[in-house]
Amino acid sequence: MTTTQLPHTETSAPQTQPERRRLRLRLPFSPWHLVLIPLAFILLVPLLWMLVTSLETEGEANRFPPVLIPERPRFENYSEAWAAAPFGHFFLNSALVTLVVLASNLVICSLAGYAFARIRFLGRGALFVTLMATLMVPFQVTMIPVFLIVKWFGDNIWAGLGIDHIGALMLPNLATAFGIFFLRQFFQTVPVELEEAARVDGTSRLGVLVKIVLPLSLPALSTLAALTVLTSWNDFLWPLIVITSQDQMTVPLGLSYFQGAHRVNWPLLMAANVMSLLPMLLVFIGAQRYFVQSVASTGLKG
Amino acid sequence: MAEVEFRDVTRRYAGDVVALNGLNLTVSDGEFLILVGPSGCGKSTALRLLAGLDKPTTGEIRIGGAVVNNLAPGQRDIAMVFQNYALYPHMSVYRNLAYGLRQRRTPRAEIERRVRETADLLQISELLDRKPGQLSGGQRQRVAMGRALVRKPQAFLLDEPLSNLDAKLRNQVRGDLKRLHRELPVTSIYVTHDQVEAMTLGDRLCVMSGGEVQQIGTTDDIYNRPANTFVAAFMGSPPMNLIPAEIRSGILHIGSAAVTTVPSPDGPVIVGARPEHLQLHSRYADGMVPARVDFVEPLGSHVLVTAVVDVRDDAAAGATAEARVIVQAPAGTELESGARIGLALPAERTYFFDSETGVAGCHRERISL
Repeated sequence: MTTTQLPHTETSAPQTQPERRRLRLRLPFSPWHLVLIPLAFILLVPLLWMLVTSLETEGEANRFPPVLIPERPRFENYSEAWAAAPFGHFFLNSALVTLVVLASNLVICSLAGYAFARIRFLGRGALFVTLMATLMVPFQVTMIPVFLIVKWFGDNIWAGLGIDHIGALMLPNLATAFGIFFLRQFFQTVPVELEEAARVDGTSRLGVLVKIVLPLSLPALSTLAALTVLTSWNDFLWPLIVITSQDQMTVPLGLSYFQGAHRVNWPLLMAANVMSLLPMLLVFIGAQRYFVQSVASTGLKG
Repeated sequence: MAEVEFRDVTRRYAGDVVALNGLNLTVSDGEFLILVGPSGCGKSTALRLLAGLDKPTTGEIRIGGAVVNNLAPGQRDIAMVFQNYALYPHMSVYRNLAYGLRQRRTPRAEIERRVRETADLLQISELLDRKPGQLSGGQRQRVAMGRALVRKPQAFLLDEPLSNLDAKLRNQVRGDLKRLHRELPVTSIYVTHDQVEAMTLGDRLCVMSGGEVQQIGTTDDIYNRPANTFVAAFMGSPPMNLIPAEIRSGILHIGSAAVTTVPSPDGPVIVGARPEHLQLHSRYADGMVPARVDFVEPLGSHVLVTAVVDVRDDAAAGATAEARVIVQAPAGTELESGARIGLALPAERTYFFDSETGVAGCHRERISL
C-alpha cells in the first residue's frame, strides 16, 4: 500500500473592497405610480361623483360649491328612480338585444374569421381588405344609410326588424368587422397540423372549426364576448336614432327620461345611472384580463 | 389494409413550382415503404397527396384499387402521424385516441376496448387521463402513433415521426416501430430525410430528389446498386466517393495516372467507390489512384482518412482539379497530413456513372486489374 499525498495548495480569496454605501434613494414603489395614481384618480372622480350625487337630495346636488359628502345619504333615490320609469322593461330590452348580438357575433365572426384564416377562395384578399377598410369609417358617416336599410327591412321583410323595434338595434350589429378580424388573427395561430389531423380523422371543415379550433380559441372568444357585451349594452346613439316608443327603449335611452327640457333631477338620474352601470361593472371585473388581451393582441382599440 | 398506388402523379404550385413530377409508385399490401430524400424533394408532398390534404395537379392516386383523388381525407381510411404529433391539446390522451373512432360513430364499448388495447400495446395506459401538454416528447410520439393505430386504417402515413426525438430515444423508437409493423403489418409509408432511418426501417426505399424518383429498391439495392450519382452520394455515411475520370483507349485515367483497363467506351466518366471498399496503401504502386492525405478521423472501431485526389487532366479542360475522397481504414492507421498514399479501387465494387447525367453505367462489370 502506498499513500498518496495531495500537494499542498494555498488559495486565498481576493481582497474585497469595502462596501460602498449606495446613496440612491430607494422608493417603496415604482416611480410610474406617481403618474398612474393621479391618472387613476382623474378617471375615478366622475364615477365617485355619480355615486355621491345619487345619494344626495335635489337641493344638495344643485348647491355650489358641490357637496362632497351628503348630510344624510338618501337611498330612496334608487327606489324612486326605479319607479319613475319602466326600468325593468328597459333592462329586459337591453338584455335581449345584448344576448342576441352576443350570440350572433360569436357565431358569425367565428365562421367568417375561420374562412378568412384558412379557406382559400377567390377574392379572399380583396374581400378582407374591404372588410378592414370599413373599420376606418366612423359610424356617423354610415348611420343614415344604415337607417334606410333597417327601414327597408322593416317595411319589406318583417316589421320587428324595422324602425322603432328592438330588432333594429340587433340587425346592424349581428356581426362586426372588428370581430371577424380579431378572430381571424387568433385562428391563424392555431397550428394547421391540428386541423389536418382532425380532417384525416374524419372531421368535416365545420367540424374542425367547432371541435378543434373554437375550443382552442376560448381566450379570443371570451375577449370578443366581453367587448361585444360592453358595446352593445352601452350603445346610445343608434337606439336614440331608431327608437321612439318607450316599450322598445334600452337602458341608456331610458336614462334620458330624467332629462327634462328645463330641469334635470340629478340625484334620480345618477341613481338610475348607477343601476344601469352595475351589470357592466360586473362584466368588466370578471373579464378585465380579456379586455387587456384584446388591446395587446391586436394593437387596436375595441 | 390495402395496396397504395401513385400513377403519374404531378403536383404543381403557383409560379410553376413542381413539387412532384410524374410519380409512379406502388406500395403493396402490408409493405413498409420509405420515402427518403433531402428537404424539398417532394416526399412530404407525396404523403399529403395520399392523405388528401392536398390535390394532385394531374395523375391518379389509388388505395385498395379505388381512385381516391376526389375523396376527403376522412373518407380515405388512412391514418397519419405528424412530425410535431399534432395531438389535440384540449383533449386527454384517451379522447385523443378515441377521437377518430368517435368521428366514425363507433359504438362506445368498442371505442373503449380498442383504446385500451392500443394503449397497452404502446405502453401508454397510465397516461390516458393526461393532457398532451403534460407528456414528454417520447410519450407524445407514442400517443400520436396510438391515435393512428387505434383506427385500424387501410394505410399508415408517417411524416418524419422521429425527427423531434433525441438521438437515443430515436434509436429505441425505431426498434419499436419495426416490431410494431411485424405485429400489425399495415401498409405503411414513412417519410424521412434521415438515411439511417430509411435503410434500417423499410422493406423498400424510394429515394427522391427534385420532385422525382431517383431509385426504388431494397436497402441492398440502393446501397450496392445505386441508380445514379445522387443516390450514391445521398445514401451511406460517409457517402460514396465520386471521382471524375476519363477512359481513353479502354484504360481508366484518374488525373494523370492510368489506373486500370475497363471494357467500356471511351470518354469522361465518374468513378464511384464506397469508403469501406477502397483499399488504402501507404505506398503508391501502378494501378492505384495516387492521393494525398488531408486529415484523419479516428472513430474507435475504424479510422476515416480524408484524402485529396488530383484529377487535373489536360484532356478535360475546366474539370475540377481536385476530388475529396474518404477512405475507411483499420483502427490504428496513422498517417501524417500530406502523406502520399495509393488507393486501390475494389475489383467488384467500383461503379461508373455517366459524367453528364450521373446515371449508373451499364458497364459495372468486374474490371480487370
